[in-house]
Amino acid sequence: MQQNQRSSSSGSSQSPRSPQSQPFLSVSVSDPVKLGNGVQAYISYRVFTKTNLPDYQGPEKIVIRRYNDFVWLRDRLFERYKGIFIPPLPEKSAVEKFRFSAEFIEMRRQGLDLFVNRIASHPELRLSDDLRLFLQADEETMERVRAQDLGIFKKPSDLMQIFKDMQSKVSDVVLGKEKPVEESTPEYEKMKRYIFELEEHLGEAQKHAFRLVKRQRELGQSLSDFGKAVKLLGACEGDSLGKAFAELGTKSEELSIKLQAEAHHLLMSFEEPLKDYVRAVQSIKATIAERATAFKQHCELSETVKLKEINLDKLMLTRSDKYGDAEAEYRELKAESEEATRRFETIVRLMNEEMVRFQEQKTADMGVAFHEFAKGQAHLANSFAGAWRGLLPKLEACSS
Amino acid sequence: MMGHDQDSTDEDSHSQMENLALNDNFPPLQSSFNGAFQNPLSPPPEISTTAIDDSSAETLTQSNQNNIQNPNSTNLPEFESTEFSVKRRFREVVTLSERLSETFRGYFIPLRPDKSIMESQMMQTNDFVEQRRVAIEKYLKKLAAHPVIRKSDEFKVFLQVEGRLPLVKTTDVASRMLDGVVKLPGQLMGESTVAPEEVVQPARSGRDLFRLFKELRQAVSNDWGGVKPTIVEEDKEFLEKKEKLNDLELQLSNVSQQAEMLVKAQQDIGETMGELGLVFVKMTKFEFEEALYECQRTRAADMKNMATAAVKASRLYRELNSQTVKHLDKLHDYLGMMLSVDNAFTDRSNALLTVQTLVSELSSLESRVEKLEVASSKIFGGDKSRMRKIEELKEAIKATEDARCCAVKEYERIKENNRSELARLDKERQADFLSMLKGFVVNQAGFAEKMASVWEKVAEETKEYGNGVS
Repeated sequence: MQQNQRSSSSGSSQSPRSPQSQPFLSVSVSDPVKLGNGVQAYISYRVFTKTNLPDYQGPEKIVIRRYNDFVWLRDRLFERYKGIFIPPLPEKSAVEKFRFSAEFIEMRRQGLDLFVNRIASHPELRLSDDLRLFLQADEETMERVRAQDLGIFKKPSDLMQIFKDMQSKVSDVVLGKEKPVEESTPEYEKMKRYIFELEEHLGEAQKHAFRLVKRQRELGQSLSDFGKAVKLLGACEGDSLGKAFAELGTKSEELSIKLQAEAHHLLMSFEEPLKDYVRAVQSIKATIAERATAFKQHCELSETVKLKEINLDKLMLTRSDKYGDAEAEYRELKAESEEATRRFETIVRLMNEEMVRFQEQKTADMGVAFHEFAKGQAHLANSFAGAWRGLLPKLEACSS
Repeated sequence: MMGHDQDSTDEDSHSQMENLALNDNFPPLQSSFNGAFQNPLSPPPEISTTAIDDSSAETLTQSNQNNIQNPNSTNLPEFESTEFSVKRRFREVVTLSERLSETFRGYFIPLRPDKSIMESQMMQTNDFVEQRRVAIEKYLKKLAAHPVIRKSDEFKVFLQVEGRLPLVKTTDVASRMLDGVVKLPGQLMGESTVAPEEVVQPARSGRDLFRLFKELRQAVSNDWGGVKPTIVEEDKEFLEKKEKLNDLELQLSNVSQQAEMLVKAQQDIGETMGELGLVFVKMTKFEFEEALYECQRTRAADMKNMATAAVKASRLYRELNSQTVKHLDKLHDYLGMMLSVDNAFTDRSNALLTVQTLVSELSSLESRVEKLEVASSKIFGGDKSRMRKIEELKEAIKATEDARCCAVKEYERIKENNRSELARLDKERQADFLSMLKGFVVNQAGFAEKMASVWEKVAEETKEYGNGVS
């Protein structure tokens, strides 16, 4: 049932199609089904897991999941695995009536399948408990967990963050320093700049790819209309000329169907991968933001610890009775600071590894996309050439 | 009476440009109707035009100063020399077309370029002049391709005789007009001494006012009167063909529209393909410059192949389109011809109307004579005034009878012209459309083959990524 066609060339990750003796985890997302009524209606997907990992229930399991469940998984992983580029999700649809169109559902299904497969083939993410819950829990449990986390999830940490921001701003002002707490090593700057520029390029490319799909469809439509009109003209003319027109008209209609098919292929195999690329870059940007936050925390805590240390020494020298409390505070703060620094350094390390992985993955993904594009266009062109050439002898016959 | 050139395969060959000295001795103008059918298979005169701005010419109040120079070449023997050049103004083109419609009633005469209602300032622009020159050249070429018209005096004079177009008519316009005015009372009373040949020309507003009235009355009586006119359009074959041509015009217009949409769609996709290619070119450069990892360079190389192919494809689409436009232009040509056909059919119905009018006229004259004779016979010794009246009427009847004969001959002539032109149209259209179709298909096939090879190359270059994907 494996539908992931992206082979990862990075040594640390498992190809979803690797042989059974090693630990493997393969997943597929399929069979979209519309459930519910009216405004409450939604699409559910069949998630099929095949694995030999010990913590999983049995070699195969099927669960039913909806889009919001995937969103839950993505959010959990993002929280827990800072520094790792979490695979992107296909977007929510803004336009209501488009939500249930066959094409949109297929695009979404493909995106969700890719999402889960990338998690399942990531050396760290695949071990996550959240993933296991997502793949194994029954539907009620999933719904409960999701509802729980929905309300609770981000707010406390957000609040804490805001509080800390205020704290640090105040202390900055008090201490008379407004120094920028931003990481600015040349390599990191280069990486950030690369990511932001890449997003622009990709956005352009995706836009034009989408337009190309549209144009291909329009060409198909106009060829079909042309064919119909030519057939009517042929009916009016009659005789051998009429026959010639009829042949041309019929052939045009046949070819227009091929154009429409290729347009769909172009959408799914070229435009969507480009869009996926854009999303991946946006996910990296989110990680960059997390890194900035972590860096800020690490900086601020380090600063605070230093100050506290100075203060503590002062207290020690003055043999103040506040020393005990201050020392306890200091130790706590130092632990926090070390934790913050550790977190930051983990993010840096992970990001470097992830960058390598990302680049390799994208070279492969794009290679496949280009190959599909070229194959599709070549195939289309060949069938056109064959069809038109085949028509010529018939036209010759009409003129004799 | 009228024969014409049926086997015009002239489209295929054009006369060579031969460098002989211009001969100033032009042949005396002959009537274009008689015997000008030597070498029916010879190619039409080759026509080219250039626009010249000759402000020293023609000091008329008209501000249109655009003169057209016609350097022409031909090898038709009725054109004495093989290369000649004249200067013409647009209004002379208009005159030529008017003359041709008078002389060649019933023929499918190509339509002249439109007169312009633009301001004189606009008319001086290079764009406008060039547009008009192209239109005039197209028009003259179409005339030259018509097997009968190209042998006409009017056309020959237009192409050869320098100076303001003389175009002496067999019946002078001005004098006809005056004649018409003078003879008004006569026409009205049926005492006309109108030359029978006058009826050969259709009634024109501003001139044959009362003839116009009579024909109008006849037309109304045809449509609304209870009595069917004695002479009607009986030619079934003609009526069927007419129906078919109406349908054809509709379908042609439809195909022409769809063809336009197809060309636009081809253009659009070509443009988008090109834009996509350029985006990838930029991205290739970006990846190469920013590459930290080898795989980025690999990706950039793949992208470059993709970009190059997309740009090539875009060029192929452009080529395809310019050829498609050329081929499908035939549709527009024939659409234009439908208007000429309409005109020719109108000539026919006008001529029929004239005949019908004269027949009614005749019968009403005859009944008046009859009435007068009856009334006169009742008076002993005759009625001098009535007798005189009867004599006058009898003269009128004779003149009207002659006119009727002329009108019938003209009608028959136009019918024959219609018939032969229809046959010519069918034949030429068959050939033209088949060649158009072939051209279109060959063009599309060639384009597709080139496209296939462009993309097959990229598919080959990226084949390592094709891991079993169907």
